[in-house]
Amino acid sequence: MNTSVIVTGFGVTAPNGLGTRDYWSATLAGRSGIDRVSRFDAGRYPSRLAGEVSGFAAADHLPSRLLPQTDHMTRLALVAAELALADANVSPGDADSYGMGVVTASSAGGFEFGQRELQNLWRHGSRHVSAYQSFAWFYAVNTGQISIRHGMRGPSGVVVTDQAGGLDTVAQARRLIRKGTDLVLAGGVDGSICPWGWVAQMAGGRLSRCDDPGRAYLPFDARAAGHVPGEGGAILVLEDAEAAARRGAGPGYGEIAGYGTAFDPRPGSGGAPALPRAMELAVRDAGLSPGDIDVVFADGAAVPALDRIEADAITAMFGAGRVPVTVPKTMTGRLYAGGAALDLATALLCLRDGVIPPTINVTPEAAYGLDLVTRRPRTAPVRTALIVARGEGGFNSAMVVRRPDDE
Amino acid sequence: MSQESTATPRMTAEDLLGILRTCAGVADDIVLDDKALDTDFGSLGYDSIALLEVTANLERTFHVDLDDDAIKASDTPRDVISMINSR
Repeated sequence: MNTSVIVTGFGVTAPNGLGTRDYWSATLAGRSGIDRVSRFDAGRYPSRLAGEVSGFAAADHLPSRLLPQTDHMTRLALVAAELALADANVSPGDADSYGMGVVTASSAGGFEFGQRELQNLWRHGSRHVSAYQSFAWFYAVNTGQISIRHGMRGPSGVVVTDQAGGLDTVAQARRLIRKGTDLVLAGGVDGSICPWGWVAQMAGGRLSRCDDPGRAYLPFDARAAGHVPGEGGAILVLEDAEAAARRGAGPGYGEIAGYGTAFDPRPGSGGAPALPRAMELAVRDAGLSPGDIDVVFADGAAVPALDRIEADAITAMFGAGRVPVTVPKTMTGRLYAGGAALDLATALLCLRDGVIPPTINVTPEAAYGLDLVTRRPRTAPVRTALIVARGEGGFNSAMVVRRPDDE
Repeated sequence: MSQESTATPRMTAEDLLGILRTCAGVADDIVLDDKALDTDFGSLGYDSIALLEVTANLERTFHVDLDDDAIKASDTPRDVISMINSR
């Protein structure tokens, strides 16, 4: 019998809400955080919308010591981690610092910081480059900063699998806990809304060029034409259920019941997409069958060929229209390494409250055969949720979470 | 690299404390005032990278060349003020 791993807390920094309460009320109300890019002048770029965490003043949340050495997305990650620990009622200083680890996902690192320092280098010379450039741009920086700030010296790491990363870190945390670590912070907070990050994302060819926030990101819609990028994500506290009980923590939000991951075949090789296999592995790992799954949080690429692959995977597993499907990231944009971590937190809130948040703006394309929850939230008895995430480059991951009282 | 002025301004305590605040911030339990001038940088919460950042800023502001290890964690702000002003 494997150790049961539960989520005892999480912190959210999302474009439509800073902190879990604001995020969840906005998400149930269908309130979007997607708008014109404000962080730089995107007027002459082909894509001009983003999901930005608005109203975030880092100095209100972090000690001044951390400001000169952190990129914007690291500041958001530090806030998410602090909120997560508070939510779980954990003070790392009280416990064995080697019994607590940190695993975060990253797609790019601190691009805004890096761009500024490269500009300093070429405009002014090497003496003008910040010494903090030595780590602030680095993709592992969030793990390091969270670990240092909270004195968490247990097994740690970083996972770089684009949008799948949020789930892959939680799977890695579960492995570490099963090997004997009591508590691991996992998840992802990401974002590179700056010219350097923007052109890199444009090169991927999947950014929407629509200027209307209500029509720019439409997964599973006949009008789907790419996604809107965003920033933010979630950090979660994962614990050995028995260790959590020993310290008097409650049952938590839910159990990480199953996980599966599979890599796509080489493009052009004619091999079948690996997404169905990742989903099957996750459900099997949870000891469940598809009929036991109450809701699917879809990846929702909003690229027609990718929507088709995901819809086919869902209907093959469950039957057409047989399971509610939702894409709340229509309200935030795709958050890269932060996206699936936020979906996981959202799925746990859905389990807690028995309400499935909506997919906004989308008119479902009937040919996909999905029961997409649109317009308003749907009340439903939800005991289990399947979260699906794909990263550019062939990553496919899926995770099953189960209510704490559902054995 | 161009310099706007070749005259070397004298550095005041307030100059240095301002540079510390800008380049490296202030730790939660530290008050960065005149009393801190005789406390070593390590005790003020500044690590080697913070001191490297401060060193680069001093070079740019006061038009001096300093080695990367010119400021050590065992030095105090007053040590740095006299080092810069003796050049």
